[in-house]
Amino acid sequence: MIDFHGYGPSIFYGAILTIEIAFLSLFLAVILGLMGAIAKISNNRFANGIATLYTTLIRGVPDLVLMLLIFFGGQMLTNNFSDWLYEQYEIDVFFNINEFIAGVITIGFIFGAYMSETFRGAFQSVDNGQIEAGKAYGMSNVQIFKRIMFPQMMRHALPGLGNNWMVLLKTTALVSIIGLADMVRLASEAAKAVHEPFTFFIPVAAVYLTLTAVSEWFIKKLEVRYSAGVVKG
Amino acid sequence: MESLIALLDQNEIFNVQTLLHYWDGFVMTVQLVFLSLIVGAVLSVPLALMRTSSNHWISKPVWLYTYIFRGTPLLIQLYIIYYGVVFIEGIQDSMFWPVVKEAFYPCLLAFVLNTAAYTTEILRGALVATPKGEIEAAKAYGMSWWQMTRRIVLPSAFRRALPAYGNEVIFMLHASAIASVVTIVDLTGAARDVYAQHYAPFEAYSFVALIYLCLTFCLIYLFKYLEKKMLAHLRPLS
Repeated sequence: MIDFHGYGPSIFYGAILTIEIAFLSLFLAVILGLMGAIAKISNNRFANGIATLYTTLIRGVPDLVLMLLIFFGGQMLTNNFSDWLYEQYEIDVFFNINEFIAGVITIGFIFGAYMSETFRGAFQSVDNGQIEAGKAYGMSNVQIFKRIMFPQMMRHALPGLGNNWMVLLKTTALVSIIGLADMVRLASEAAKAVHEPFTFFIPVAAVYLTLTAVSEWFIKKLEVRYSAGVVKG
Repeated sequence: MESLIALLDQNEIFNVQTLLHYWDGFVMTVQLVFLSLIVGAVLSVPLALMRTSSNHWISKPVWLYTYIFRGTPLLIQLYIIYYGVVFIEGIQDSMFWPVVKEAFYPCLLAFVLNTAAYTTEILRGALVATPKGEIEAAKAYGMSWWQMTRRIVLPSAFRRALPAYGNEVIFMLHASAIASVVTIVDLTGAARDVYAQHYAPFEAYSFVALIYLCLTFCLIYLFKYLEKKMLAHLRPLS
């Protein structure tokens, strides 16, 4: 067995934190992505413009820069805001941006932009006649979305969604840079302390590899499920 | 010019000094990205040919390499190479030490290995999609394997790989921000220095975000132009 010099348990908890961040930000990203996609295909020019601005800006800037911007810049802005509150209304509050929340929000926000593009493409690939048929049956908009749009859209969205999830999983390593005690940060601290980089980084890399391998398998299962009833050429 | 300098002098954060620092960072980022893309692309051609080989002893090792490098975060790869290079036996006495002890080369190595893995898979996809007729035609002309690969298979695969490769180039530009973590002063590193000096994180990072945005748009336009030129024969009529 590898000798972790007593750092084993803390790195294990770091791994759990990494998985938590990944799932929470995936959740946020899917919600933002659905909203963005709906805004992009809607006829409302304002919503359209906001969504286009969002996806273009986010996808053009590196994840790390955005993360630093939101974490440090966001803290600065809220500090200024609480100063202003104190000066204007003598309200004494202090907002502290927690690293965990900053990490989840940033990653969710970034991948929301990628998800919007994925979902937009998927929504557009659902045949219009299907939606018209739903309307003809007297279904409400929510019913059409739930019964017709969503199940068919998912089939087209899944490959992109799976891809985004893999990239998201690997992006969670960046939260170590803004000071969150995830697997990567704990491993690098341990590696510096005992001067054995390979002992700590290679197991961490193996954990990521396992996570991506499991996700790949799971996405394949889902793809089979959602393409039920589709005849492959 | 005079008025510009005067204007910059009045600005607390973006004075001549910080802008020059950003410029150095810009040069570093462009160097890192350009070099790693070039070396990665050169490596990926033989790797992709090996990856598509029907011999498992040739294709499986390349599969393993791309699987590992695409399945783990670049940050971890960078850490392993950057912190690990010191521990190679005898490296500190060898002639490579002056080169390796700076952060630049370990970082470049990590980037090259990473982008080569992605580019190999992109190229493999394009190679696999070569129309059978093209290969049969080449064989009918009596070309050897090497002639066929050089004249028919690779040129057509490069064209098909172009859109995906454009994405990889943009991905590499964005990934290069990670270099700032290992003490390299690239664009992100310059922004960190400006932040530390003036305690203005919002200004420092949003300025650098704008530079990245401009670079990304330039790359998008470049690849759109290239696609238009090189994939002209595939454009839908009308």
